[in-house]
Amino acid sequence: MEKFVSHTGTAVPLRRSNVDTDQIIPAVYLKRVTRNGFEDGLFAAWRGDPEFVLNKPERQGASVLIAGPDFGTGSSREHAVWALQNYGFKAVLSPRFADIFRGNSLKGGLLTVVLPAETIEALWALTEADPTVEVTVDLAAREVRCADLTTGFELDDYTRWRLMEGLDDIGLTLRHTADIDAFEAGRPSFKPLTLPVKV
Amino acid sequence: MTSNPAGPAEPDFTEPGRNTPTPTAAARTLAQKVWDAHLVRQSPGEPDLLYIDLHFLHEVTSAQAFDGLRLAGRPLRRPDLTIATEDHNTPTLAIDQPIADPVSRTQIETLRRNCAEFGVRLHSLGDADQGVVHVIGPQLGLTHPGLTIVCGDSHTSTHGAFGALAFGIGTSEVEHVLATQTLPLRPFKTMSVNVSGSLQPGVTAKDLVLAVIAQIGTGGGQGYVIEYRGEAIRELSMEGRMTVCNMSIEAGARAGMIAPDDTTFGYLKDRPHAPQGADWEAAVTYWATLRTDEDAVFDAEVAIDAAALTPFVTWGTNPGQGAALGASVPDPADYANPDERAAAERALTYMGLTAGTPLRDIKVDTVFVGSCTNGRLEDLRAAAEVIKGRKVAEGVRMLVVPGSARVRLEAEAEGLDEVFTAAGAEWRFAGCSMCLGMNPDQLAPGERSASTSNRNFEGRQGKGGRTHLVSPLVAAATAVTGHLSAPADLSPVGVSASVSASATSTEA
Repeated sequence: MEKFVSHTGTAVPLRRSNVDTDQIIPAVYLKRVTRNGFEDGLFAAWRGDPEFVLNKPERQGASVLIAGPDFGTGSSREHAVWALQNYGFKAVLSPRFADIFRGNSLKGGLLTVVLPAETIEALWALTEADPTVEVTVDLAAREVRCADLTTGFELDDYTRWRLMEGLDDIGLTLRHTADIDAFEAGRPSFKPLTLPVKV
Repeated sequence: MTSNPAGPAEPDFTEPGRNTPTPTAAARTLAQKVWDAHLVRQSPGEPDLLYIDLHFLHEVTSAQAFDGLRLAGRPLRRPDLTIATEDHNTPTLAIDQPIADPVSRTQIETLRRNCAEFGVRLHSLGDADQGVVHVIGPQLGLTHPGLTIVCGDSHTSTHGAFGALAFGIGTSEVEHVLATQTLPLRPFKTMSVNVSGSLQPGVTAKDLVLAVIAQIGTGGGQGYVIEYRGEAIRELSMEGRMTVCNMSIEAGARAGMIAPDDTTFGYLKDRPHAPQGADWEAAVTYWATLRTDEDAVFDAEVAIDAAALTPFVTWGTNPGQGAALGASVPDPADYANPDERAAAERALTYMGLTAGTPLRDIKVDTVFVGSCTNGRLEDLRAAAEVIKGRKVAEGVRMLVVPGSARVRLEAEAEGLDEVFTAAGAEWRFAGCSMCLGMNPDQLAPGERSASTSNRNFEGRQGKGGRTHLVSPLVAAATAVTGHLSAPADLSPVGVSASVSASATSTEA
């Protein structure tokens, strides 16, 4: 996984709440068996509209998405994270994320930052007024900066450390294999096994 | 514990007062008990490492996870705690033919190859135990109280009906469970949804959960595990409890749970993978301890009066945008919160609805009965009971898609297929089908459905499709009249055609 320390880029202000993962990437785009190429499906239903913010010429190359509350609700599809990353987004800012989406994003290195609704509103205003204005998402300092605006955000130390080191969770867990072995040794016999097949 | 095989050592994340382990002696909720019973490792500042008892796989969210294992040269740790089926992409017609869509076919073939390579039990299309992943687990008796259950599907919350801690995960987590049989997780908060009183006849688990979501909102459950409690919950069958827990995710909750009781044990007894003999006795003794302690404290509490509920349907584009069937399409101007007002305005535009229209006047083109929410035998029986001796309205298409091949066989043994086909409905093979339209079962742009599924998101059932979430009873009655209706709106069988929308009463 790529390390995330700090990122600076232009932004897409997405003035919508409750953007569910079916909107981020509709189910018909989920059929690939790889982790790349999902950018075509990103916000597919809205991309046909030339007025949709992502389609505006001045938003090309943007890498920070600024969204309304309850971003990423619904389906657990990690393809939503991949679609945003494949498109080029490095960070998403919102007043509130759905739990599964947040977990998926932080595992995959897409930094999701929770900011108060009024800060999001201020960032929308700044980036709408000037599409070239850059937003810095600084994980090391736990700060978002844009023009004169500087605001802190919370992320637990462990997740921050893992993202800044670019470490994958599985490797970290496999350090504790002895603990897993010990836990399994105490498994009651009444718990179910899928094999052998019983009918 | 040996040296670190990969990367830098973990710094000390200890912060006073943060992440102190749950004291196990104190009064605990059901969710906390199940959590505590699966703790492999706790370390201050780090997520808890939780053991996973059962892992379900399907074709859409597993391919990249298997690929990850292969690339890292990691084995599947516990094939005997893993089971796969084909459901999201599978056709519901001509299942003996090759899948027409080449991309769907590739995804199914990839799952088959992965399962063969890693030794995973797979129930493929055509197998009697193929079906929607959340229908087959309980049916096989694999879903037990007190387990931790995960699947790369948000509706994994369904299994919480048995008192399991069951939740959806992303593909990276699927890979993590395949490799380690554990997940690093931060503890969830707990919410009690207490449903007092009894549901009125004609009011179902689906109406109940839609009303809960409308009350707490699609984000209201975020960060929580919901425990459903109270008389009305105790009175539900296992099928009804699964419907309620299934839709917990639509309130933003990670999981829903119901404490196991005699209804749970009765459902499980003698299923293929239920414990037998002495194991059964030991299991029931343990399961009976899985209830929230009297003096345990929830982080949030919600109270609902079951007796006040009536059939409930959605009018908007998220599952929280719902109302009693007897109500009218709301006016966005009545919302104080600007986000909610904007969302309601956008929803009405997308849905092609005008504020103030009685919900009963909304005409539909398609009725879908099925999905992990309402695709079990009890749901099909309920719909069949309403439609028996009646006809699907002119111009309305009704699809009945059993949740699993086994449900289909059981329904056919009772003659339900004949009831549906005699009424003019289509009787299909099992799968997720029109719930998410990954297979050919989709709405055309602008088409409107009454659907027993779980999501009314824009385009969920097909690009431009408009979805109203309903119970199986409302779905069947709607199929008969052609507009949103409850069974009480129908004339008795054999009397005459259905009543018109304008003649419907205001009850419900």
